[in-house]
Amino acid sequence: MKLVLREALLTFQRAPLLSALSVTTIAFSLFVVGLFGLVAVNLQQALSEVAERVEIVAYLLPGTPVETVTMAVKDIEAFPEVQSATYVTEDRALARARAELVEFRDVLQELERNPLPASLEVKLKPGFRDADHVNDVADRLRGFGFVDDVRFGRDWVEKLDRLRQLAAAVGLVVGAAFAVVAIIIIGTTIRMAVLQRSREIAIMRLVGATDGFIRRPFLLQGAIKGMLGGLVAVGLSFAAYTLINRWLFHAAFFSREQASAIVAFGTLIGFFGSSASVGRHLRRV
Amino acid sequence: MIKFTGVFKAFPKSGLALKDVSFHIAKGEFAFLTGHSGAGKSTVLRLIYAEEPVTSGEVRVSGFNVAEISRRDIPKLRRRLGIVFQDFRLLEDRIAEENVAFALEVTGARRAGIAARVMRVLTQVGLAAKAKAYPRELSGGEQQRVAIARALVNEPTVLLADEPTGNLDERATRGVFQLLRDINASGTAVVMATHDLDLVRQAPYRVIELQEGALVYDSGVDEPRDQAAST
Ligand SMILES: Nc1ncnc2c1ncn2[C@@H]1O[C@H](COP(=O)(O)OP(=O)(O)OP(=O)(O)O)[C@@H](O)[C@H]1O
Ligand SMILES: [Mg+2]
Repeated sequence: MKLVLREALLTFQRAPLLSALSVTTIAFSLFVVGLFGLVAVNLQQALSEVAERVEIVAYLLPGTPVETVTMAVKDIEAFPEVQSATYVTEDRALARARAELVEFRDVLQELERNPLPASLEVKLKPGFRDADHVNDVADRLRGFGFVDDVRFGRDWVEKLDRLRQLAAAVGLVVGAAFAVVAIIIIGTTIRMAVLQRSREIAIMRLVGATDGFIRRPFLLQGAIKGMLGGLVAVGLSFAAYTLINRWLFHAAFFSREQASAIVAFGTLIGFFGSSASVGRHLRRV
Repeated sequence: MIKFTGVFKAFPKSGLALKDVSFHIAKGEFAFLTGHSGAGKSTVLRLIYAEEPVTSGEVRVSGFNVAEISRRDIPKLRRRLGIVFQDFRLLEDRIAEENVAFALEVTGARRAGIAARVMRVLTQVGLAAKAKAYPRELSGGEQQRVAIARALVNEPTVLLADEPTGNLDERATRGVFQLLRDINASGTAVVMATHDLDLVRQAPYRVIELQEGALVYDSGVDEPRDQAAST
């Protein structure tokens, strides 16, 4: 094991230029993937901010006793999908209308009787803000005897759904394309490292090295290069993020898990890329 | 030790490189492989160390059935052999002792004994003083000695040498040849491909001659000239 590590590290010393080139190539390939990831992360963030506004409003029949509503609120908040249920009394509804609908202030002032119904405003938990769940919860709310009508902006929720699906599909396709390109570029780089050492590999085989023995330092070295490349890529992405934040708009960065995923991705490509290259090389000689 | 029985070797493009070659080299023997360029000398050696598959016939080397050897067993076979080439095949970015140690490390030998064994073979080939030199800092003859040291460090039963003196001047040739004779005298069989007929005449060793892939002369069969050989 120590020998494998030594041989792997010696590569960096013996071929510093090619090693640096490999790491740089891997870093920039992953950087492109990372930039795309940043776009995806921010798009998702924006969508979830929009989705926060998804709300179901249940209008109550006039004269529903407060106690009934308070108990119902408890029941509704116990729904697995529900984040919060807020009781808006008739008076509050009117006060809100006065505050928000400035243009109609006069009309609203002159009313003798409050025409606005009391309502329950129900917000859903993050994973449930889509058309199916909203419909489902709305149906259940309709089941309460004191509920007159349930509204939730069906069109809007469905549009949001479609937008989310589109974003996911585009993200998947473009992300996969970038990832494949990164894999190809990185694979080529690693192949160069293998070819550069083909003489050494031939001599190793001549003196009786097993395929596994020959392969191991390459795998380790590939994984190290991939990891370094991944780290540099995350660093570059962070620099890009800082610039965007300063000059363009407020953006989000990767979570720690997402950043680790990029590094892990680089490490894996390095590892399996080397494995494939060395394997192919060994099979041919 | 090394036994060819009715061996044929065909290459896809150039056709038959060996035609019905049979010979037996005993333990501790010294044998020359001679013949014109393209006669098939290197091919015989490459079959011995399983670099090329045998087309038909039987090749047995130190207990291995080489004609049917599996990829997994090839390293085991090669650890019993020492192999030396005309072009030395040293690693340019490693000093002499690293080049020799390499052959031991590759076999998974324990690190503790490596340095001592490397020094011993380097001394044996007369290069102890240049252990720290890179190949480019060594003369051709010295580089070949490093290559021989590398071949010896695993204590092979056979040393295969493909025109080991092909790139050397007369003096270095004599030195390297003497080294091979010494190695043979200490019990290691040596198979040496060469077209240096002066060398062949100098020593009372077995001669196997090939011509266009066919064995045309084998001095060892009925008139062994080598006293050290034990058939
Ligand atoms: N890898 C190969 N592919 C195709 N043909 C080959 C290959 N290796 C050798 N040959 C052919 O086999 C024949 C014997 O070649 P070999 O190298 O054994 O000759 P040799 O006796 O070692 O010659 P030299 O003295 O020039 O080294 C030649 O005709 C050569 O063209
Ligand atoms: Mg030859």
